[in-house]
Amino acid sequence: MPETLAIIQEDGTPDDRWEPDLKREPLERLYRFMLLERLLDQRMLSLQRQGRIGFYGPATGQEATIVGAAFALEPQDWIFPQYRETGAALLRGLPLKTMICQFMGNAGDVGHGRQMPCHYTWRDGRFVSISSVVGPRITQAAGAAWAAKIRGDDVAVLAYFGDGATSTADFHTGLNFAGVFEAPCVFLCNNNQYAISVPFSRQTAAATVAQKAGAYGFEGIRVDGMDALAVYRSVRDACLKAHEGGGPTLIEALTYRLGPHSSSDDPSRYRPEAEFEAWKARDPLDKMRRYLEYKGIWSDAYEARVNEELETAISTAIREAEQEPAPAVETLFDDVYETVPPHLAEQREDILKQLREIGRG
Amino acid sequence: MAQLNIVKAVNSALREEMRRDDRVVVLGEDVGKNGGVFRCTEGLIDEFPNRVFDTPLSEGGIIGTSIGMALYGLRPVPEIQFQDFIFSAFDQIVSEAAKMRYRSGGQYTCPLVIRTPYGGGIKGGHYHSQSGEAYFCHTPGLKVVTPSNPHDAKGLLLASIRDPDPVIFLEPKKLYRAFQQEVPDGDYTVPLGQAKVTRQGKDVSLVAWGYMHQVCLDAAEKAKAKGVDCEVIDVRTLVPLDEKTILDSVRKTGRLVIVYEAPRTGGFGGEISALAAEKAIEYLKGPVVRITGFDTPFPYTLEDVYMPNADRVLRGIDKVMAF
Repeated sequence: MPETLAIIQEDGTPDDRWEPDLKREPLERLYRFMLLERLLDQRMLSLQRQGRIGFYGPATGQEATIVGAAFALEPQDWIFPQYRETGAALLRGLPLKTMICQFMGNAGDVGHGRQMPCHYTWRDGRFVSISSVVGPRITQAAGAAWAAKIRGDDVAVLAYFGDGATSTADFHTGLNFAGVFEAPCVFLCNNNQYAISVPFSRQTAAATVAQKAGAYGFEGIRVDGMDALAVYRSVRDACLKAHEGGGPTLIEALTYRLGPHSSSDDPSRYRPEAEFEAWKARDPLDKMRRYLEYKGIWSDAYEARVNEELETAISTAIREAEQEPAPAVETLFDDVYETVPPHLAEQREDILKQLREIGRG
Repeated sequence: MAQLNIVKAVNSALREEMRRDDRVVVLGEDVGKNGGVFRCTEGLIDEFPNRVFDTPLSEGGIIGTSIGMALYGLRPVPEIQFQDFIFSAFDQIVSEAAKMRYRSGGQYTCPLVIRTPYGGGIKGGHYHSQSGEAYFCHTPGLKVVTPSNPHDAKGLLLASIRDPDPVIFLEPKKLYRAFQQEVPDGDYTVPLGQAKVTRQGKDVSLVAWGYMHQVCLDAAEKAKAKGVDCEVIDVRTLVPLDEKTILDSVRKTGRLVIVYEAPRTGGFGGEISALAAEKAIEYLKGPVVRITGFDTPFPYTLEDVYMPNADRVLRGIDKVMAF
């Protein structure tokens, strides 16, 4: 395999040696979810500016890595997400309206509005709950994969994290445990070059993330994260290896955050314009479009049709989500424990009584 | 029935539950071949070679992977060799295990039991002696349990492993081999959230947990010689706290002495003091007294000065009786 795996070439033709065997239907599906993530990000940033949601973290530029990786899994495989994997969650079946309800923190959110936007969960899709702390999921993913191995289940685990997370103790811990116990885990570092404002060169003096796998006794590979086929191919291979008892793999996907870290961030403070422009020219959606055009799938008319379908779906979901009320006050006290213990019941009754007195609730 | 100390009782509970439930796994530093540095997991690896794991030396790794296992559907019982070493796993415990059910709207749960020896009295200095229960009591989503005798150690541990929520199971290492007690051979549980009145009395309520409960029993015996009749309560579960048992006692005696070996400021005994002030102040005949460790790091040579003993508790009893 080359030093950095790339499959879709400048003109949209594939490198035949590595091109995955994906037929028309799966290719369309892969592209559709990449585009959905892009369009959703644009709409949500707009809603945030209008004050209709409180916060948003877009994934613009990283759709190939996010969706391409999730696309490579078997249905029984697990995902430990970072917090930009909307495309992966939707691909795993999280309904669009439910996701937007999470962004709005209303009663339609399965988490009852307890977490800030972009912290969704979808157990039916084996998509684990999201923490804002970037490291711990890496070790948890190793543990879940180890558990699957202990149980003899045919299950692999995919962990998403960024370049910043490779500096945390949990990166070392998670990879070390996975290596020692040969856990069926795929560690996917979405190296988007920045941890908010701090560049990759400040996270490590090592040349690559991928090379760190050697210290843990397993394979590390580097792929073009703007190339959905390269991400798909590498995660697919690692996933199959995991299923076959071959243990963990570290994949470093080279991407770029073409948008801000979040709706609260101004990347012009730290990001050179020329660097941004150079990466923008490698937009993962454009790259995929050129490949699909080469495959005879994509055209301007095709783009217009899919775009319209997705925009309509998003508009409908937003409209429906905005009908949902705020979560009931009682939900504040649920799910701390399986059953509400006496001290929490007392606190709940007290605030409900007070809210009734002031005519709320 | 067998005569067991706490070490053997913990071992019996683990063995019992591993036989009953094949989702239970044990992992930690030296817990396999070596049977744990205190021997609590002795022999388990022989009976369950695929469910007992010696891990790399990393508390964050032990707890982080245990969380992943619990999410997956196992019932991990990780051991942290000394509670003093738990802080590198604090993020995993506080931000992850404790919040998993809540943040996922109940979609994911994290049923794990973190066993760890705590407390002083074994000449362990700063890093083998601390009582960090308050850190965990301050985190919604965790249950905090600590036995003071072999019978409760087994029954509480079995209840903890079967509990659907994450439990911090603090084992008072000073008492590990201090005494033996009749412990049932088979399956029984001591329910979480229930304190126990271990000595009836009418003059003063002594409230404590872990090793300090034994200190209170000793102090009560000494007080009896002075004509003071102490009631002693073993809290057993700090979270969720059995307020009723404590308040019933305080309402009966009108005097409350709380004993804990952790540093005084921010210690969990302050919460019990507040409980009495909020819900039983009209019954109090004097100030609530706390006998505690000092607001210093845990010392090595002078640990006998640092740790509350029966005489210090007795002084507290005298103070509230004299008020």
